Amino acid sequence: MKVSLRWLRDYVDITLPIKELAERLTMAGIEVKEMQITGGTWENIVIGEIVAVEAHPNADRLKLVTVHLGQKQLTVVSGAPNLRTGDKVPFAYVGAQLIDGHTGEIIQLKPAKIRGALSEGVVCSEKELGISDSHEGIMVLSPEAPAGTPLADYLGDVIFNLDVTPNRPDCLSVIGVAREIAALTEQTVRLPQVSYEESTEVIDSLASVKIVEPVLCPRYCASMIIGVSVAPSPRWLQQRLLACGMRPINNIVDVTNYVMLEYGQPLHAFDYHRIAGRQIIVRLAKGGEVITTLDGMERAMTSDMLVIADAEHPVAIAGIMGGLDTEISEETTAVLIESANFNRSAIRQTSANLGLRTEASLRFEKGLSSELPLPALKRATRLILEIAGGKAAKGILDVYPGRQERQPLLFSTVQISRLLGVEVGTDEAIRTLTFLSFECQKTGSSEQISVTAPYWRTDISNCADLVEEVARIIGYDKIPATMLSTPIPVPELKPEFTLREKLRSIMVSCGFQEVLTYSLTSLDMLRRVSPDSQLTTPLKVANPITKEQEYLRTTLRAKLLATLNQNQRYETGGIRLFEIGKVFLPQEKDLPEEREKLCAVLSGPRSELSWRDQEGLIDFFNTKGVMENLLSWLGEEIKFDVSEDRGLHPGKRADIIVDGIKVGVMGELHPKVSEAFELSGTTYLIELDLKELLPLATRLKKYSPLPRFPGVIRDIAIVVAESASYQQVKNIIQSFPPVAKVNLFDLYRGEQVPRGKKSLALRIVYQAPTHTLTDEEIIKVQEQILDTLYRELGATLRS
Amino acid sequence: MPRELEELASQAFEELDKISDPKELETWQIRYLGKKSPLMQLLHSLATLPLEERRITGGRANEIKKALETGLGKRREALKEAQIAVSLQRESLDISLPGQPIPLGRLHPITQILKEICDIFVGMGFQVVEGPEVEWDYYNFEALNIPKDHPARDMMATLWIDFELETGDREMLLRTHTSPMQIRVMEKLRPPIRVIVPGRVYRHEATDATHESMFHQVEGLAVDRNITLADLKGTLFEFARCLFGSERQARFRCDYFPFVEPGVEMAIDCIVCKGAGCRLCGGSGWIEILGAGMVHPDVLRRVNIDPEVYTGFAFGMGVERIPMLRYGIDDIRLFYSNDLRFLKQF
Ligand SMILES: [Zn+2]
Repeated sequence: MKVSLRWLRDYVDITLPIKELAERLTMAGIEVKEMQITGGTWENIVIGEIVAVEAHPNADRLKLVTVHLGQKQLTVVSGAPNLRTGDKVPFAYVGAQLIDGHTGEIIQLKPAKIRGALSEGVVCSEKELGISDSHEGIMVLSPEAPAGTPLADYLGDVIFNLDVTPNRPDCLSVIGVAREIAALTEQTVRLPQVSYEESTEVIDSLASVKIVEPVLCPRYCASMIIGVSVAPSPRWLQQRLLACGMRPINNIVDVTNYVMLEYGQPLHAFDYHRIAGRQIIVRLAKGGEVITTLDGMERAMTSDMLVIADAEHPVAIAGIMGGLDTEISEETTAVLIESANFNRSAIRQTSANLGLRTEASLRFEKGLSSELPLPALKRATRLILEIAGGKAAKGILDVYPGRQERQPLLFSTVQISRLLGVEVGTDEAIRTLTFLSFECQKTGSSEQISVTAPYWRTDISNCADLVEEVARIIGYDKIPATMLSTPIPVPELKPEFTLREKLRSIMVSCGFQEVLTYSLTSLDMLRRVSPDSQLTTPLKVANPITKEQEYLRTTLRAKLLATLNQNQRYETGGIRLFEIGKVFLPQEKDLPEEREKLCAVLSGPRSELSWRDQEGLIDFFNTKGVMENLLSWLGEEIKFDVSEDRGLHPGKRADIIVDGIKVGVMGELHPKVSEAFELSGTTYLIELDLKELLPLATRLKKYSPLPRFPGVIRDIAIVVAESASYQQVKNIIQSFPPVAKVNLFDLYRGEQVPRGKKSLALRIVYQAPTHTLTDEEIIKVQEQILDTLYRELGATLRS
Repeated sequence: MPRELEELASQAFEELDKISDPKELETWQIRYLGKKSPLMQLLHSLATLPLEERRITGGRANEIKKALETGLGKRREALKEAQIAVSLQRESLDISLPGQPIPLGRLHPITQILKEICDIFVGMGFQVVEGPEVEWDYYNFEALNIPKDHPARDMMATLWIDFELETGDREMLLRTHTSPMQIRVMEKLRPPIRVIVPGRVYRHEATDATHESMFHQVEGLAVDRNITLADLKGTLFEFARCLFGSERQARFRCDYFPFVEPGVEMAIDCIVCKGAGCRLCGGSGWIEILGAGMVHPDVLRRVNIDPEVYTGFAFGMGVERIPMLRYGIDDIRLFYSNDLRFLKQF
């Protein structure tokens, strides 16, 4: 909402410097987003009165003009054709900045001798001042302009661009803002004159109003003026509209817009002679009805839309836009002015359905007062009579089925201290509220007052609202800052947060960069991660912004792989990425299950290119190492089982099983998936389901005492068939109690061992809780181990 | 005898001074202090000497032995020092060679800032809770005094889920703010309540340098007897000081959110211009940080908390803005495009 300061001054005295005023308004909830000073700063330019015009001694076309400037008089040279003694004109002193009338450039006025006569300034054209393009003559100001006054004070303006919150439609008006300023600066508001002379012709004999839908239209008022002359509006009116960002059309329409800006009540003018049957009917549209609106668009009405109709068809979409048929034109001689109140929801719905938002609908949908139409209508009628002439019909058509008494609120200052934490006396509260035009009455009790909000404050419904009114006028800066003194509630344990933090810190310490990707993606992206498999239908956004953000992710893989791809363009070293986030699994007739997952992808060299040892590329076992790090702290055995995951390489994938529960999956990315995401090199992937992991993570851990006797290390190398897995070998060795730990430190295939076999070099740590193991004991166990390995796997000790 | 002894001693000291190799030191030790050395043999043979001579010669011999031993010790120490010095000199590196690269992981800047924010409030007795990102209209709007057709819905353009109830109403949406958790928390807990809710929120908004369709918020809620706007101010000013530094000024101004009354917007003085007015703050000298207020009595009634007995405050802040201000990031889209060249800076 743009508001002109000059306009505001009509209703309230501005007693604060402009910047401070803007600050006060902002603090009180009417945010001044921007202040625009129009007319330039006009420094060194004042109002002058021409007191003498004489011929120039050396030039026929030039004149010597003597200008009275309040304290002094100066004589300047001018060639303007319209110099007249007694006129008030803008006068620029030497040093003023002007726009050159011929070149359009900004120039600084220098002292000059024109044809031998000294000129100590200039009288200015509109173009020189930047007001318009007119340079034919000097600008003539109105006769009451005070000589000597800076021009900026007289002509300049400040336009406040206000951010009005949706609860304050009353402030979508100049008077509304003036009321706020008055309350903040303890001034009173001067309301415009609304009375006018009526003719003898009674309005009821000229037109009628019928409201078919009283819920949707609580009030409809109309006045009539006969014998108007439609013409362009006077300059002052046009300027005010332009300053507020509205385009002048003609004097009738301009007045309705002017009063809307002034009062906040949208009005509409009909060409009276085009209203069929002289009837105004407020009803719902009939199916199939079509109206061409003022913007020239043909709009199909649906039966839930409120229209203003005449005896035959709709002439306006109620509260949104008028129809072209009854538009004010140059032929119009009689007008019917509508000032009504409409249901906010109805206006909002229709406006949304039609995709048509207007200054009128923006105000109505915020909920205007049904008391507002009458004063606004009277004001508009008076202005039309002043500007467009004609005679007003006697009386006003006023159908008011939705009349409601304003209910007073019982208010106590205890409520202020209870909510604000600061004491405000009853008298101060009354004083503050009264400046806001609230009616306050003391009741029997000393603390309680009965408060009635002014009719335009449709946002006030309870005592908390009144507390805010008091707070914002006395200033939020008057409220102290205290710390909560109430007891701290007993916190609930949140093991899922602990688990997430744990996993995050492990991933980071394993060299992974955390990423956060969009929850919304495309079906195509979701399909890419799992070729040849049936995708459960993800949740779909009904009104997506783009096709790329249409579905809620059911996997973290897609965006993570896309992120990997993007970064492969720049990164030369290995890339390790992870995300912990929610996937959204649809559920029947309910919100989706939001399941937290960890997904990680890794690819490329194990380390940056370096002059040190080259470590090669990230492979399955690097990935497995990360998985082992992620889960080892659980203190449970981690099993890597055969997996069916379709997004992974069939020979290089594993389900992760802990205590019989599948908690995740890992492996090499399926080449098809890799291709679909245009990834270079081989990519490995890890996925964990935090929900499955949670019960394992929350198990109470038990401390095991530190071993009191040292372990004994023995290395052995065995030769075993390729078909035997390391896990089998390890399981056998670990089944013998004194074995505390088994490490594989070499795996060999080649000439030294027979075909189809491999050699495993193992380091075994033997340890007993009761004593240091002797050589004999160890040899004995080792023999048993080798026996079992031989019996079960055909493994032999490598010599 | 004593003369020979003295000569032996001076000869030994002379040689000792010249030794520069630890191995020679061993030889010297054997020669002069070994079992077969003249000095040791003399000491062994003392018993055969007459008493007086034994006393004189023996005393002197022992003195010399001690002196030689001390000399040896010192020499050994000196040689060791010299050797270390030499090897230190020889072993120096080109320390400008690059270090062994060890992959370094980092948390996303938003994760980092969320932790920072949560830690501050946890320190003030708030508990962290989380809620669903896909919500019902009821929690996101209706229960927060934003019924259908309320103009406040314009402030939060909504992404609706393609899901229809039997009535044909579309009620499922991506939450536009973390405020629905105010309702969910109050439905579940009774006062005293003190929670904060971090999480993702979504808007139907075309993205540009300052707008994202997905971003994070942190919601706060405290409900108990005697909670006031002054407590809200104290809590949030303290938070601003913890997050932005003790020299930052904070201010409250009146603002409107349908689910609080009175409503508040908190701003801090501009980090760049310190309040003088610049491009970052749009000339106002202040930067909006969050919206807040006293929980609306109708909201409390809706969850069966008596507003005559209890009061509460609530606040909600956008998270991305904070690292943007702190690090001078000028494009919000950088957070979720996940370019490592960006992420590695934090
Ligand atoms: Zn600034």
